[in-house]
Amino acid sequence: MNDRFEIPASLKRNSLALIAIGIITLLIGAFTMLGGDVYDKTRFWIVLLHNSVFFLLISVASIFIQAAVALAQGSWIVAYRRVPEAIGANVWLFGIIALVIMFCIVFGFDVKGVNPIYEWVHPGNDKILQGKSNFLNKGMFAGFSIVTVGLWAFFGRKFRAMSLAQENAPKNNTKIYWKFFRWSGLFLLVYGLTQMSTTPWLWIMSTQPHWYSTLFSWYTFASAFVSGMALILLWVVYLKNQGNLVLVTKEHMHDLAKFMFAFSIFWTYLWFAQYMLIWYSNQPEETIYFKLRQQGPYSVLFYSNFIINFCMPILILMSRPSKRNYFTVTFMAMIIIFGHWLDYYQMIVPGPMGSHWHMGWYELGIFAGFVGIMMTCVSRTLARTSLVPKNNILLKETIVHLS
Amino acid sequence: MAIKKFAVACYDDEEVLFPAVKQVRNSGYKIHDVYTPFAVHGLDEALGHKSTDLHIAGFIFGLTGTSTAVGFISWIFTSDWPLNFGGKPHFSLPAWIPITFELTVLFAAVGMVLTFCYLNQIMPGVKKHVFHPRQSDDMFVMALELNEHATEQEAIDFLKSTGAKETSVQIAEAGWWYGRFDKPEEYERLNA
Repeated sequence: MNDRFEIPASLKRNSLALIAIGIITLLIGAFTMLGGDVYDKTRFWIVLLHNSVFFLLISVASIFIQAAVALAQGSWIVAYRRVPEAIGANVWLFGIIALVIMFCIVFGFDVKGVNPIYEWVHPGNDKILQGKSNFLNKGMFAGFSIVTVGLWAFFGRKFRAMSLAQENAPKNNTKIYWKFFRWSGLFLLVYGLTQMSTTPWLWIMSTQPHWYSTLFSWYTFASAFVSGMALILLWVVYLKNQGNLVLVTKEHMHDLAKFMFAFSIFWTYLWFAQYMLIWYSNQPEETIYFKLRQQGPYSVLFYSNFIINFCMPILILMSRPSKRNYFTVTFMAMIIIFGHWLDYYQMIVPGPMGSHWHMGWYELGIFAGFVGIMMTCVSRTLARTSLVPKNNILLKETIVHLS
Repeated sequence: MAIKKFAVACYDDEEVLFPAVKQVRNSGYKIHDVYTPFAVHGLDEALGHKSTDLHIAGFIFGLTGTSTAVGFISWIFTSDWPLNFGGKPHFSLPAWIPITFELTVLFAAVGMVLTFCYLNQIMPGVKKHVFHPRQSDDMFVMALELNEHATEQEAIDFLKSTGAKETSVQIAEAGWWYGRFDKPEEYERLNA
């Protein structure tokens, strides 16, 4: 059985090339934009913020799915569980990148006494910002972000370590299984208090500090989770193409595709729930969010977001044969990741940038850089150990799994 | 409505049932159906059933629900009885989405349940022949259709060789029917 993954030369070359593209884009961006006007400077920082937060949150979704499946005692993920483990074990890297960028913005980004991205840094005479300053302040932001990222990184590495320890455990020993079960429960608590509630308020929603939505964190969670499942699927397909993961059959792919399909619908549900309540009550301080996005300069992104993230998945992934077809699911996984990258873009960028947005070489170059980092670090983690979770007590169940 | 002759085999374990199903199919007998006390994963594939078209029916029912809701609400609110809700336009699609969604789910669910009942020949008041009283208790019951090419004794011997605990030959109605079937004269009337 081909249970070891050896990183092919092409993957190394391509991922390094993507990282190089990212670094060159960053340098050119720094030279051309940091000397420009306020919108140039804002564009430089906000694209870094958008990409680092997006990649951090979709890799944390891998830890979440491990914990959720462990609590449900599911076996379908066991055949390829090294993939979410490897993504989760690299959360620390994306966490550090995101923290550095966010701290640069909060503490170092200042244009004539105003922070163009996080306006609440200097509340001034603004009554609303003063009222929110107990939560929205530099100390709270820094402390909360460090604790959040620290906990995520810890759990990502802890889950992988526990799963690897199972390989050397006595046969049919369930001690580690139940240990994993308990830690999963704890992680869901942490995840519920961070990603599903407070963290998106601080990192994303506070780019428009006068506006708020109580549904916002769920909405960002749905977006991150569906693209996290798409990311796992892309890795599984890639490893299968390399001749690894022989235990993974169409049944397992079908399950992953069902997650992509179902959570695309779930994302739309939240997207629409947020939209409809604001549209219906029609209060100026709330509609400002959609005024800018739907009727303002971002209407192209707003509608393409809906088409890419709802219409395409529901029409293409609905039938059973298309969920079991490697080409369709790979294509849709890439579409979903790109679509939710756009979704995060139109969550974060419109507030600070207004009508001065560009989608061009800089945005795509930074995106390429992050993809390169993801490919490099996850492939290295995958190559370190056997891809078959030997001795896992659910291994037999996953081999005979029928979706 | 067709009265047929069946060779019936009862197994007490699904691990015996699966190889038996395989042997029976390989030897060319026609399996009428297999009755199990619980859903056995993979049995439909072992029996060679093609995947069901129930979900296509569900999609069509769902579309019917969507168009019913959108058509009906838009007719009411734009031409039959237009009302002003907070200055919103009469044709306000976002406000109708929840109802449209609910009606889509309702039509799809009810339609699929009825289609499922029809496909499986179960419905309140409808009867089917029970090959063995323990088929809903602890026995896995397989019924083979017998015809002129297969003699009773051959079939029974073959079924015993696959590990059947009990075997029998039964003449029974293959489909469903409405009414009584415990009277011999009804059997004869149908047979005539």
